[in-house]
Amino acid sequence: MTTNNNPEPTYVIETQDLEIYYGTFKAVTDVNMKVEQNKITAIIGPSGCGKSTLLRAFNRMNELYAGTSIKGKITFNGQDIYAKEVDPVEVRYRIGMVFQKPNPFPKSIYENIAWTARIHGYKGNMDELVENSLQQAALWDEVKDKLHQSGLSLSGGQQQRLCIARAISIKPEVILMDEPASALDPIATLKIEELMQELKKNYTIVIVTHNMQQAARASDYTAMMMLSGEGERSGTMIEFNETKTIFTRPADKRTEDYVTGRFG
Amino acid sequence: MKEKEVIQGFSNNLNARNRKGVIWHIIFQASTLVGIVALIALMLNIVNSAFGYVAYEARVDPDTFTVDGVPLEEQNKEQLLTLLQSELSRGAYNKLNNEEPFEERSRENVFQLIVERIIRPKVVAVWDLWPSLTQVDEIRATVAQDFPTAELDFVSWLTYDFVTRPQTSEALTAGVRTAILGSLWTIFFTILLAFPVGVGAAIYLEEYASDNWFNRIIQTNINNLAGVPSIVYGILGLAIFVRTLEPLTSGEIFGLVDPTTANGRTVLSAGLTLGLLVLPIIIINAQEAIRAVPRSLRNASFGVGATKWQTVWSHVLPNAMPGILTGTILAVSRAIGETAPLVVVGASTAISFDPESPFSKFTTLPIQIYQWTARPQAEFQSLAAASILVLLVLLLSLNASAVLLRNRFSRRF
Ligand SMILES: Nc1ncnc2c1ncn2[C@@H]1O[C@H](COP(=O)(O)OP(=O)(O)O)[C@@H](O)[C@H]1O
Ligand SMILES: [Mg+2]
Repeated sequence: MTTNNNPEPTYVIETQDLEIYYGTFKAVTDVNMKVEQNKITAIIGPSGCGKSTLLRAFNRMNELYAGTSIKGKITFNGQDIYAKEVDPVEVRYRIGMVFQKPNPFPKSIYENIAWTARIHGYKGNMDELVENSLQQAALWDEVKDKLHQSGLSLSGGQQQRLCIARAISIKPEVILMDEPASALDPIATLKIEELMQELKKNYTIVIVTHNMQQAARASDYTAMMMLSGEGERSGTMIEFNETKTIFTRPADKRTEDYVTGRFG
Repeated sequence: MKEKEVIQGFSNNLNARNRKGVIWHIIFQASTLVGIVALIALMLNIVNSAFGYVAYEARVDPDTFTVDGVPLEEQNKEQLLTLLQSELSRGAYNKLNNEEPFEERSRENVFQLIVERIIRPKVVAVWDLWPSLTQVDEIRATVAQDFPTAELDFVSWLTYDFVTRPQTSEALTAGVRTAILGSLWTIFFTILLAFPVGVGAAIYLEEYASDNWFNRIIQTNINNLAGVPSIVYGILGLAIFVRTLEPLTSGEIFGLVDPTTANGRTVLSAGLTLGLLVLPIIIINAQEAIRAVPRSLRNASFGVGATKWQTVWSHVLPNAMPGILTGTILAVSRAIGETAPLVVVGASTAISFDPESPFSKFTTLPIQIYQWTARPQAEFQSLAAASILVLLVLLLSLNASAVLLRNRFSRRF
């Protein structure tokens, strides 16, 4: 990124020799990557290669699934997030998440955001916060007249933007998105992509996608994951670089095959 | 449609498959029919006993109270009061006056008292609804022949008075107020114990307990406890609540001993015993309901940095609540109809005063029904039938309120 005048980029999340297990099954091996501040980092790869698993490890959502464990290290602003003294709730407060299937709370649009703010002890002007969050998520104009209708009454794309509004209402530093547009139509998908460009001014974004064009269009960095190893196959990161490098001059033959659609 | 060419190895068996479907359809419909017929037979049977002709004789002939040629039925209130005063003992008269001063009672009320206390009709023959409708002439003939002094009336055993009067040994004046109140008190304590404890245990088991052998044993035990015969819970309740915790269940430690109480055999003990009985049912149903809350909702909550408690309280419980309430309705319906454990815990056989505190003696509707059906006289069978109708109405109204509550919860966004 030549426009970046800062010679020393800030890395928000870094992993070292990361391995992620479901019980004894090693789902992800050898991940070393750095997530730069105010950039969009895409994770791509065929399904089942551990993209979601890796993403969930970044804010310790994996722990909600029985039997998960990690080896290696994940740091957030230099702090090991798996250290004993770190509370996973705190991690998820600082590193928000948007899921593949839109999952607004079965509450009003307003309450979706208000509840989220309230549980973190927000005492300020709630109406203002709700409006701001919805505006940042480019949803305000569509819902301002029906804030007290159910969040579930919205269309899929609107629901997903509500989830984004909910996530940013508590001002996280990083937003993790797991295929946020895979359940949406192309127009809603485009809206989400535009929104990401807006959001990266204030937030760092990590997005999992199976959509090559989306990664190429929207991201600054791309991590390519793939299954490797014999027998017990485990997902690993085979290449990590600036997006334009990955898509124009990939170092790994498998990446080239995948991004050009020549893969299986 | 032109028949599809039969491909080798396949056979055209669509007709056979359809026929099979029709047969199963008929079998399922027949099963439903059997259930409905059984239900209708049950209701008819109860209704049949709850209404019909009754022949009754006065123990004291009302004609003996005719004053100056005015028969009893036509006397005014003052005359009736004079009669009441002369026929009742002073104590009994004053007691009635204390319950409600005679000046404030209506003439009808005083007349009623005279019938109950002085004339004291007694039932000599009872007919069910069906013969009462179809063989009126035969009934009249029988009465005229066998009980020439008897009055014959078509009665509904289920009346407003029946519901509001206390229990007595006289079939014509017996009521179930004592038993209804006993049932309500008992069920109140049952819910008070079983609902919070059951839901709490379910939350613990589903959300907090880790999957180890110890917790698996607990789970297995709870599942098995749901199938333990209710009499066993009665024995448990007798040992724990009536005997061991007697100071508590009799109100002794609160200094509130009800003068009528017999050693911890109180509504509180009964309610808690039934509470234990339905606890496993509530736990299991609540667990199912909690388990059915979709993972995506938990993810949403944890994903914005909610703690486990915030997630459980704000999302899991409200979403599981309709299911939890359905389970509770089932459990309470079961508890309200239980008889055996209450007999063991010491339900009273004949009490005519209302339970007034947790430490009162009690009887409940099923106990009352059981006692009346055990008596040989036909009029008590009719009383039992009327009580069954009361019990069913009570059950339906409790269920209806729970369903309303549940719908409030499930009218979610
Ligand atoms: N909760 C889980 N328990 C056990 N194995 C899982 C779980 N979630 C995912 N896996 C396994 O981990 C591997 C990676 O899955 P996932 O991260 O969902 O892949 P992706 O998101 O790239 O499609 C797959 O083999 C999958 O079966
Ligand atoms: Mg995935």
